Amino acid sequence: MLYVAGPRLLPVVLFLTLPLILSPYWQRVMISLAVFAMLAISWDMLAQSGMISLGQALFFGMGAYLSGIFNHLWGFHPFISIPLATVFGGLICTLILLPVLRLRGIYFSMFTLILPLMLVRTIEATKIFGGTEGLSGMSPLPSGWLELYLIIVATLIVLFGFRRLMASDYGLVLKGIRDNDRSVTNAGINIYRFKAQALFLSSAVGAFAGAYMTHVYMFVGMPVFALDYSIMPIASAVVGGVGSFAGAVLGAVILVPLSEVLRGLGGLRIVLYGLFLVIFIVAIPEGIFHYIQRKYQQVERWVDVDR
Amino acid sequence: MFIGTLVYAIVNSFTLILLAIGFNLTFGISGVANFAYGALYIMSAYLSWMLMNLMGLPFFPSAILSILATTLFGALMYRLVLLRVRGQALSEVIATFGIGLSILELFRYLGFVGFEYTLPVFFDHSFIIAGTYIDMQRILIVGLGLLLVVSLWLFTHHTATGLAFRGIAQDERTALTFGIDSDWIATLSVSLGAGLAAIAATIIIPLGSISPSEGYDVLIKALAVCIIGGLGSTGGVIAAGFIIGFAERFTDTYFGSHWTMIVSLIAILIVLVIKPSGLFGQQKELEERI
Repeated sequence: MLYVAGPRLLPVVLFLTLPLILSPYWQRVMISLAVFAMLAISWDMLAQSGMISLGQALFFGMGAYLSGIFNHLWGFHPFISIPLATVFGGLICTLILLPVLRLRGIYFSMFTLILPLMLVRTIEATKIFGGTEGLSGMSPLPSGWLELYLIIVATLIVLFGFRRLMASDYGLVLKGIRDNDRSVTNAGINIYRFKAQALFLSSAVGAFAGAYMTHVYMFVGMPVFALDYSIMPIASAVVGGVGSFAGAVLGAVILVPLSEVLRGLGGLRIVLYGLFLVIFIVAIPEGIFHYIQRKYQQVERWVDVDR
Repeated sequence: MFIGTLVYAIVNSFTLILLAIGFNLTFGISGVANFAYGALYIMSAYLSWMLMNLMGLPFFPSAILSILATTLFGALMYRLVLLRVRGQALSEVIATFGIGLSILELFRYLGFVGFEYTLPVFFDHSFIIAGTYIDMQRILIVGLGLLLVVSLWLFTHHTATGLAFRGIAQDERTALTFGIDSDWIATLSVSLGAGLAAIAATIIIPLGSISPSEGYDVLIKALAVCIIGGLGSTGGVIAAGFIIGFAERFTDTYFGSHWTMIVSLIAILIVLVIKPSGLFGQQKELEERI
């Protein structure tokens, strides 16, 4: 029993109890860890459906700006603006990226890479939504504990929910599209529609993370489209292991505290992430999570059968 | 004003073509999308700057040395990293992106930012064409852009290696049966793409300064041109270069400079909605379109 439940309970227990014993500084780290874990899960969702995104910052930034607009300009309460930004952020990202879904392979990566960078320029140039200054003075979430546990619970829900989803028949179709889209088409399944749905799920998760961060920082500006929000999730997912959401979370659990510890290195951290990406993709393509999983499942053979 | 805009639009178009042609060549032949392209561009510029200012070499030898070094780096990048993940789009994208990121951020970390980091113009001279001032460097961009396009066309249509390039691009397995070593050709294509990035940097950088953020800009521009023109099609790159180049200059003159980025964004969106594989992406349509 514990053999099966243990690995699943471990992250739940850790995520729920750690904030109680951590210092306020590390609680903040925990928040950014959860946010990056969500973005990594959202990246993994796309990767499992055959879409390689290089611009999670697009989803993040879209959610952040929408929530900022809802709260700043229209005065919505965070509890209304976050869900609205999640849904509409997901919808807008899906609509923007819809034409690219008709293309296989590299096009999706190219387009998602340039889109956030171009949106930054657009905001900078046209001075919409506060321009370079951004929008500030968002209303914060009611209490610090709520803030912390909201993102942690959301991360856990997304992690286990998506794992279930990908294990179901629906997920099987998505994985089929990644492996061989033509044979899925031959099975009479409209892959365009499935890809759009996967894209919506993934971008909604990214948009939620962005909308949440807007209310934590009480500010939204051009940095939400920064390359960090695109690279860190990819690095987490690749280091942890693509294809099992848990790997993405594990990667974030390793990389985010590591980057806090290495804060003194400044810009060199991003260099390290880049090298991590290359090393892991070439030398350990399965990622840390799958390695641990394999070793863990080998332990089963040592179990005493007689008892 | 109209003539002046026209002249600068042509220069801008050739700049874009120069920026995009290397990325396009690599993708067209070996199917490797080199997301380290912008980083290679910046790296070669810094290399020539270092050779000039730290080693005291004159401009032309150091430019040639840095172009050669970048070409070699491209080949090494393929041999050491990309060869191991060949054919897996996910891994190729992440690996090249990681390499590019590391290079650019390393230069930023080392503090290579500022106006003093620039390359000298080839000839300090300027003309007046139809009432517009234009300097020698911009004319060189047009000339060298034309020269590169023509020589690339000649190379891919009339030399054995060039024909092998096209063979691999059309059908890798059939090309293998004809005794074309696809790994070697792919190495050449990545290194040639890197070399073209270095040549573009040598010609274009003297008009501005070298900075790591420029590397991302170059990648954006190259990708934009390739998306509009259709990946892997040289004709598409030229057409898209002219479309974006003219659109940017004319909006700059008549609407204001901050609209230029939006114009290329709108151009990309329109092309993607109407013809997702790009204007000239025809031969790839079956392969890329689902």
